[in-house]
Amino acid sequence: MDRLLVGASAATLHTPHIDYLSILPVLIMLGGAVLLVTVSSLVRPVLKVGAGTAVASATSVAALVAALFQWHEVSVHGARVTVAGAVAYDGFSVFVQMVVAIAMLLTALIGDGYLRREGVEGPEFHVLAMLSASGAMLMGSANDLIVIFLGLEILSIALYVLAAFNHKRAESGEAALKYFVLGGFSSAVFVYGIALVYGATGSTNLPQIADYLANNVVASNGVLLAGIALLLVGFGFKVAAVPFHMWSPDVYQGSPSPVTGFMAAIAKAGAFAALLRVFVSSFSTVRADWQPIVWGLAILSLVVGAVVALAQRDVKRMMAYSSINHAGFILLGVQAATDRGVAASLYYLFTYMFLVIGTFGVITVLARDGDTGHQIGDYRGLARRQPVLALAFATLLLAQAGAPFTTGFLAKFEVLSAAADAHSYALAVIAMLSAAVAAFFYLRLAVVMFSPVGPVGDRSGAEPLGAGSAAGSPSGVPHGSPEPAGTAPATGAAPGDEPGGSGAALALLTDGPPSEEVASRRVRVPLLTTASIGLCVAFTVVFGIIPAPIVDFANHATLLFK
Amino acid sequence: MTAAVTTINGNISGAWYLGLAAVLFSIGALGVLVRKNVLVMFMCIELMLNAANLTFVTFANMLHDIGGQVLVFFVLVVAAAEVVVGLGIVVAIFRRRANATADDLHLMKG
Repeated sequence: MDRLLVGASAATLHTPHIDYLSILPVLIMLGGAVLLVTVSSLVRPVLKVGAGTAVASATSVAALVAALFQWHEVSVHGARVTVAGAVAYDGFSVFVQMVVAIAMLLTALIGDGYLRREGVEGPEFHVLAMLSASGAMLMGSANDLIVIFLGLEILSIALYVLAAFNHKRAESGEAALKYFVLGGFSSAVFVYGIALVYGATGSTNLPQIADYLANNVVASNGVLLAGIALLLVGFGFKVAAVPFHMWSPDVYQGSPSPVTGFMAAIAKAGAFAALLRVFVSSFSTVRADWQPIVWGLAILSLVVGAVVALAQRDVKRMMAYSSINHAGFILLGVQAATDRGVAASLYYLFTYMFLVIGTFGVITVLARDGDTGHQIGDYRGLARRQPVLALAFATLLLAQAGAPFTTGFLAKFEVLSAAADAHSYALAVIAMLSAAVAAFFYLRLAVVMFSPVGPVGDRSGAEPLGAGSAAGSPSGVPHGSPEPAGTAPATGAAPGDEPGGSGAALALLTDGPPSEEVASRRVRVPLLTTASIGLCVAFTVVFGIIPAPIVDFANHATLLFK
Repeated sequence: MTAAVTTINGNISGAWYLGLAAVLFSIGALGVLVRKNVLVMFMCIELMLNAANLTFVTFANMLHDIGGQVLVFFVLVVAAAEVVVGLGIVVAIFRRRANATADDLHLMKG
């Protein structure tokens, strides 16, 4: 008996101390999802969509409040690691958790209207979205490669199902399968990269890897470099950087529209957060080896994203390439690998989250039943039918293009100056050129919205063109930005031109006249969706004009160790 | 390079295990890229994950670190979860079709 007791005490597990405050937002998000799915399986009638929305919104707000409290706590007591060094608790992780919590809130509100319109009952959408969000949060605070992998999978697996969510559309299932196969492929590449880095450095813990690389000459340098390259490939897939972007246009186009916005926002936030932490803090001593690769990824993403988007007729597909272009911009901050670069990337992620969710919010409400009607031609005359919605959409598009007095401009400015600080002048110049190219397709969509409905080339159609664009121009297009100035002659000259000529010019811009049904259609925008899109637009404009609070916020979101 | 000299079970060098894992990983990666049957593609992804597992175990043995072996369990759990979701998606899509080839997925192009 004594022996047994001695044996038992010798085998006592030493569980690590867990600072529950440090992982509180992740726990809240996970708890909300588990609670919702449990309750929905216990009650007899299928839960209404509203119940899911209520729980998801409350959970997101609770996670956001917890993150705000953490922010205060970190600034008072300092950053630290917890759960046996597997989780970092610093300004950086808290910042990412806030971004994801807000993204979840905005998506829950937009998803509500979408689910009601598509006639999908049940709380699964919100459950999966919350699970996915908890994965993205975990990626932001992970301090160990294997925890990053777990976060990545929690994020991705829920997103695969969300992509397939609208089972009435064949495209939705196709998108899910493509996302799954390429996502699984990239995960396998990523985990093999972890294995090689583990073999070369003897640890998967990020600070230990950094210590090892700083104090030792790596015996198997080839293994380490191969591991780093495979990790970059894995991250490249998740953030959709060229040449690992093949999945994103199909997946963005096929997924339900609110899911696409959510996916673009949180997959980028989680993956870029982990990418920054791994490469800027752990692999900083070997930065000469990985910086050129990131440089190449950034240039390819910037150029391919902007140029290929020009050829797209489907708005969701166009936004997919636009998202690739944005990934290129965020890679600028990664490539700089400085404090300023990290802060600029975080700021970009925060503002892009609002832009992309708002944009896909508008795309969601404008779609016809079954989530169709995303051709550029379907947006013609939107300003006539629904001026407020068109104005909101135009603002979000211009912000994505980087028009001044929006957060989009500042985000681009911050990453460009971080790149210039790090002496990556060529990269900064190419990024600016790509922004100019990208401005064209954003403005094309804006022009289409503010152009009249009617047969192309018809006199009655050409006449209101000037009126429509003149009415739209002062409100939708802020003056003083270089990009809108480029289009002013095109729209301004139209009334003076021969009607047929302007019609032909317009035909180049659009996809031909929309059907009669589209022309007369006014969509009803649900209240919660209005609130969500309104929040996105308000954030974009208010913090575009008063940038200091958010820029300071990002600057204080520092990494625990460098 | 100490890693290559260290032996497992006294006679086989760890480098052989690493080489085998690399070959398995390459076969898996190639399979995902060239095969058309979706189920075979899944199996190839599993092969890639297991190649990573073999690498983890080999390095754990070489480094005399139990941590590497623990990581394998995480990867196994994730692989299982991934397959559950993946097969669900395949069943949902291919229920109304005769065969499960990737060539059938051509609704979206551009």
